[in-house]
Amino acid sequence: MKKYYLGIDLGSTTSKAVIIDENDEIIGKGITNTRANYMVATEIARLEAMYNARFTILKQKLREEVETSREYARYIADVESAFKFLQFNRRLEKLNMQFKETISNTFKGEQQERIREFVNDIIEKIGPEIKHEYLYGDIASKNQFFRDIVSERFNKEVAKLDKAYFDPLVLVYDKSITPVENELTDYDFKELIFESLEILNDKYAHIDETFSTNPGVVFDAEINLLKGNYKKIYDSIKEHISFIANLDIQITNMVGTGYGRALLPFPEKSIKSEILCHAFGAHAYFPETRTVLDIGGQDTKAIQVDRYGLVTSFHMNDRCAAGCGRYLGYIADEFSISLNELGPLAMESDHEVNICSTCTVFAGAEIRELLNVGQERSDILAGLHKAIVMRAISLLARSGGVRNEFTFTGGVARNQAVIKYVTELVKKNYGDDLTINIHVDSIFMGALGAAMFALRSKN
Amino acid sequence: MSSNVSKEKSMVIQKEMIANHFKALSTAKESGKKVVYTFVPGNISELILAFDMLPVYPEINALQSGMRKKSDGFIQDAEQIGHSEDVCTYVKCDIGMLLNGNIGPTGEKIPPPDLLLLSYTGCFTFMKWFENLKRLYPGVPVAMLHTPYQEDGQIKPEMTQYMVKQLKEEVIPKMEQVSGVKYDEEKLKGILRNSSKVEDAILRIFSTTKNTPSPIDAYFAGVYYIGPINSGFRGTPEAVNYYEELYSEIMERVRLGLGPITPEGEMEKERFRLVVEGPPNWTNFREFWKLFYDFGAVIVASSYTKVGGVYDLGFRVDPEKPLDSLADYCMNCYTNLNLEQRIDLLEQCIVDYKADGFLVNSIKSCNSFSAGQLMIMKELERRLEIPVGLIESDLVDPRYFSYSNIKNRLESFFQMLDQRKTILSH
Repeated sequence: MKKYYLGIDLGSTTSKAVIIDENDEIIGKGITNTRANYMVATEIARLEAMYNARFTILKQKLREEVETSREYARYIADVESAFKFLQFNRRLEKLNMQFKETISNTFKGEQQERIREFVNDIIEKIGPEIKHEYLYGDIASKNQFFRDIVSERFNKEVAKLDKAYFDPLVLVYDKSITPVENELTDYDFKELIFESLEILNDKYAHIDETFSTNPGVVFDAEINLLKGNYKKIYDSIKEHISFIANLDIQITNMVGTGYGRALLPFPEKSIKSEILCHAFGAHAYFPETRTVLDIGGQDTKAIQVDRYGLVTSFHMNDRCAAGCGRYLGYIADEFSISLNELGPLAMESDHEVNICSTCTVFAGAEIRELLNVGQERSDILAGLHKAIVMRAISLLARSGGVRNEFTFTGGVARNQAVIKYVTELVKKNYGDDLTINIHVDSIFMGALGAAMFALRSKN
Repeated sequence: MSSNVSKEKSMVIQKEMIANHFKALSTAKESGKKVVYTFVPGNISELILAFDMLPVYPEINALQSGMRKKSDGFIQDAEQIGHSEDVCTYVKCDIGMLLNGNIGPTGEKIPPPDLLLLSYTGCFTFMKWFENLKRLYPGVPVAMLHTPYQEDGQIKPEMTQYMVKQLKEEVIPKMEQVSGVKYDEEKLKGILRNSSKVEDAILRIFSTTKNTPSPIDAYFAGVYYIGPINSGFRGTPEAVNYYEELYSEIMERVRLGLGPITPEGEMEKERFRLVVEGPPNWTNFREFWKLFYDFGAVIVASSYTKVGGVYDLGFRVDPEKPLDSLADYCMNCYTNLNLEQRIDLLEQCIVDYKADGFLVNSIKSCNSFSAGQLMIMKELERRLEIPVGLIESDLVDPRYFSYSNIKNRLESFFQMLDQRKTILSH
């Protein structure tokens, strides 16, 4: 039986899990933004990684088919999207129940009735919309959290309603979302995946109808092939799906890291510092890495590593929120936008405002002042992104500078504007020849490093 | 068993010495003894004793207040009268203590100074500190002893002459005036003979960490060991007796192959040997020490235990040249060395004491110690290819001690050391 290794990274903003095989290959990844408690967060991330691992194993089993026929690859991607939709939908049902409970506990009489109607209407509107996006759009591949997906659409609908209901509806949402996020939803993989196949059968059976009524949906070559072919693929894939659904993925060893690591019920030797894990993970992706910058939710780390990926020294900013991801969270709140929207908005700027504030809290005052004097939101946001990167550059300088190659990791490394300024400032300070590595999975580097330590310390 | 009994003996001796000193201070008025306030780095206590006066060290009082959990309130009181958040917390703690009746660590009142002996050894804050004390104790004479910085890494004859001149023209006349006692060079020579013995013993004591396991912790326990020489006992027979006793106790531990004694018990397994730069945190001293104990880390050498005198590089007082010796002693104190000398000294410690890593405890409010520490780190990392680490805390302001942050960094640092050891052993 194959052996698998699990790494868990309990961060302050998100918790991540990575499963690798004996060759350091990533088999599964899972992430959650739940703030419930570390046990729930670990479990959610671990289960997500397990589901993801089953899909990876499925793709490995069907490698030949996937490589030779495009419709196969598309069909499996569609199964995964449908699966994610079903996961999403279970949570949405829970959220709807929570909405009802919150409304009955918070409001009375006519107001209660009105709000209940509004919320029902919103759910009925956004539910099918989101389903459509899962089945025909790219929402499943965006790695968005449940909260982000729902809040964006919920807020849009609320904005269309009478302003008098704005505050009560936002209150209902805020009070309901956290308990749902913090609850562990255990799905039956087998049940969900077969349900996904049925959804797909239905999707392809009615594909012509869908296209005639939804001009926005792109009819491409793979869909055309699948239209007449889906039953054949379904028949040939069913057996493999059964196999991966019943597969017993044995975790041989696991290592935990991140700020919450001390709370993990792991033995002491299975708890590793996130500095070592991030460096190890970054080095695994990019073996020439010598300097790692990790901007996480709660701290920023500049790490120097040797050719084996071993840490030789590190410097941390764990004193000031202005140098880490939390700063961006705070800024998003100040602008009343989601964290995901920050980077793209800042990228719209062509000349960033100089933000002098080095303090997260006082940056709020500076933002209001800049807005008052008529500065563009995008320029202010760009300035804020630059400010956080300037701090990281100073930390890098203190830690001994940047050596080639330079790898940028952590949750913040997903933000395009941060990437832009990191690249710009690192090159400006340390030369254009420097290789800068940023991976789409940079948020998983810590968990990957932990999993690699688990593999190496199995005995 | 025998080692436990003897361990207690040196501790008992020290406790008695300190208690007697504070008793003498509290009854100075009745006994007619004059009181001199001065600083630990470059403290010329022998000269004070030669005039039969009693020394008081405000930094020692401040760190004692920190350990007794009093510094928080003292600092806030000093801030209330206008001292900024960024001012050295020793200063604020001392001023706060003064505002609260100047009660010392033994619960007895510390008398006001009859002389403020400002020995300036590179810490600019010392001057500002005594400017404040001068205002708070109007009319008390101030004797300034300016120690030239070892800019070129050496003591030149004219530097010694410059200091001796100050001693002769500024310090000694003021001491004679305040104490009413005539300067007696023979008496000073006698005191310095004891100092010389103490200096030898201290070097022997701190060299015992060359053993594996190290019998002592040269930082956390080290600060207790340097207690007597930094609190008025340089050159006294009591100090000679204390250090000889301490040395024989430690040698007994070496003979038995025992590790250091800590408040959590004896360190059974020495996992890491470190050299530490920078003063410790005093407000959470035991907690701070326990973090190292929990990781099995022993400090085999520390720069902080050299603030009252650096003996590793061969310096000893020469009783036959008393004023020259005092001058050279001041110029040799750790904070008066240039960065290159500090790096050389730390490098020597790391190599001689077979340290696995180098750690800096950077003190928020101590600029004179903290300036240059990053450079020191980088240079040591470059020269010796050893793991280096940095933690941040403060002397006596508990607001700047974050247990979880320090623990998190130390955990990473020790895991880094561990990983390196494992790889290097293969």
